[in-house]
Amino acid sequence: MTWLSSFVSWLGEFFGSGENWSGPGSIPVRLLEHLEFSGLALLLAVLIAVPLGLAIGHTGRGELLVVVSANLARALPTLGLLVMFVLLLGTASIWPVIIPLVLLSVPPILVNTFEGIKGVDPELRDAAYGMGLRGPQVLGRVLVPVALPLILLGCRLSAIQVVATTTVAAYTGLGGLGRYVIDGFATKDYASVVGGSVLIVLFALVVQVLFALAQRVTVSPGVSQRLKVR
Amino acid sequence: MITFESVTKRYPDGTVAVDRLTLEAPTGRITVFVGPSGCGKTTSLRMINRMIDATEGRILLDGVPVQGIDPPTLRRGIGYVIQQAGLFPHRKIVDNIATVPYLLGWDRKKARATAMELLERVGLDPALAGRYPFQLSGGQQQRVGVARALAADPPVLLMDEPFSAVDPIVRTNLQDELLRLQSELNKTIVFVTHDIDEAIKLGDQVAVLQVGGRLAQLADPKTLLSEPADDFVREFLGQDRGIRRLRFISTAGLRLRTDLTVAEGFDGSSPERWLLVVDGDGRPLGWRSSDRPEELEPFGTFVHGTDSMRAALDAALLSPSGCAVAVDERGRAVGVATRQALDEALAEAADG
Ligand SMILES: Nc1ncnc2c1ncn2[C@@H]1O[C@H](COP(=O)(O)OP(=O)(O)OP(=O)(O)O)[C@@H](O)[C@H]1O
Ligand SMILES: [Mg+2]
Repeated sequence: MTWLSSFVSWLGEFFGSGENWSGPGSIPVRLLEHLEFSGLALLLAVLIAVPLGLAIGHTGRGELLVVVSANLARALPTLGLLVMFVLLLGTASIWPVIIPLVLLSVPPILVNTFEGIKGVDPELRDAAYGMGLRGPQVLGRVLVPVALPLILLGCRLSAIQVVATTTVAAYTGLGGLGRYVIDGFATKDYASVVGGSVLIVLFALVVQVLFALAQRVTVSPGVSQRLKVR
Repeated sequence: MITFESVTKRYPDGTVAVDRLTLEAPTGRITVFVGPSGCGKTTSLRMINRMIDATEGRILLDGVPVQGIDPPTLRRGIGYVIQQAGLFPHRKIVDNIATVPYLLGWDRKKARATAMELLERVGLDPALAGRYPFQLSGGQQQRVGVARALAADPPVLLMDEPFSAVDPIVRTNLQDELLRLQSELNKTIVFVTHDIDEAIKLGDQVAVLQVGGRLAQLADPKTLLSEPADDFVREFLGQDRGIRRLRFISTAGLRLRTDLTVAEGFDGSSPERWLLVVDGDGRPLGWRSSDRPEELEPFGTFVHGTDSMRAALDAALLSPSGCAVAVDERGRAVGVATRQALDEALAEAADG
């Protein structure tokens, strides 16, 4: 048996098994769990990092926080953080997993939002004030629409990271698609490992596509310069 | 009217950008701030709409000190045009123009209708309304910048080197358009430039600033050219100050000869070396030299009474005959200004 044919047969075994489609450990349940953990973590991260990034980028106050968070994000080991929180808080609730996921996804959003706002052409900012816009109007009506591609990029980077890291969360005994991979390795059930990995990759791809769509809908064609001259 | 009362701007680092500036920009007129780089033109301009706050002194808008007005409110009542247009890239042209009307809470439809009107007024195709700024040329963007500044019909317009980033031909067009607009709108305009030619062309009065932010001279362009206040101003005006002055001398008094014009096909003889050949409508066709009567030589024209002596001299230099052709508004020759006539006029200009 070649490597490819065994891969295909594992896939068939995994997705063909009726067990995997109903019950507590089934694919739909695991998908929903994965969506719940990563979605909740990302939402919280966005709620924290976007307003913070906007405020720091607009006022120029607190830039140190952005630098520190960016460096911390690079220095902190994902798995270590997860294990530490689980050891500290136990596994009675989902928070020991959610908190580290949020901590990991704040920096990319914060840094990109901050850079996006700060990087807007000073002439443009100046023109906005010169027209008589007030500070919050300059931010909301000019800076955010112009910086939106970068803000969304930050969110997308975090989303991908969260989806991947939620997989690792299965180590701590919680659900999600990572269970298939980790349990599969433990029991030498390679069909489960392969099937779970494929699901995770697909999940990440869908997230990418959703962000690309969101970008198309929300970013002005004048900013993305998508349009051809009519 | 905008009044500067001994206005000083000292930046936190100690730079004195403007030093006790006192002047008036009269209502309905164009006042130009001109001077070398770093002389405080932009700083002076931006103190009017409080983009920068004066350190000392007062600036009054029709007698009201601007320092007492909330800056955004003040700015919505003052048009502001900057060098790179500064259009909002995420908004369509029509919405860019309607920025201030939207801020003032106008009805959207009315704001857009006004914007469309202005688009045409500044010489742009209404079809551009739905485009985004990146789809426009630099010159077009600059026109949109002017339209945006005019949208809420503010009595005052501040312009900071608005035409310096476009090529010379477009710049000349934009300058002409501004003068045309101003003849219709009669705004109180303060215009900043470092180009003395632009200052002389556009200004009803010109304020020459010196590095360190001191006012070197405030005068109408003609006076500035004929009576520079000091060596700094004289040097700043440059070597061709005399030639530039010709712009302000009318050709109405220029003596014209009407006996040098002949119809197309003329084959007689004449004691004159040069004869101007015109067509049936009286439009000039070229100069006929007695040496080579079969070929017409190039000519230059000026509109008699409307164009300046500078244009007349320019016209004379365009032709081997050395004479300038005077035409009426419809381009028909009304006479010829010979070298002698030009010489007399120049002698008069040099005297007075
Ligand atoms: N924010 C600032 N802080 C300190 N000094 C400043 C600041 N802005 C301007 N200056 C200084 O003030 C002086 C006048 O500057 P300003 O921008 O008004 O000159 P300008 O006449 O408009 O020059 P340019 O023709 O180059 O635009 C310059 O010496 C400049 O370096
Ligand atoms: Mg300047």
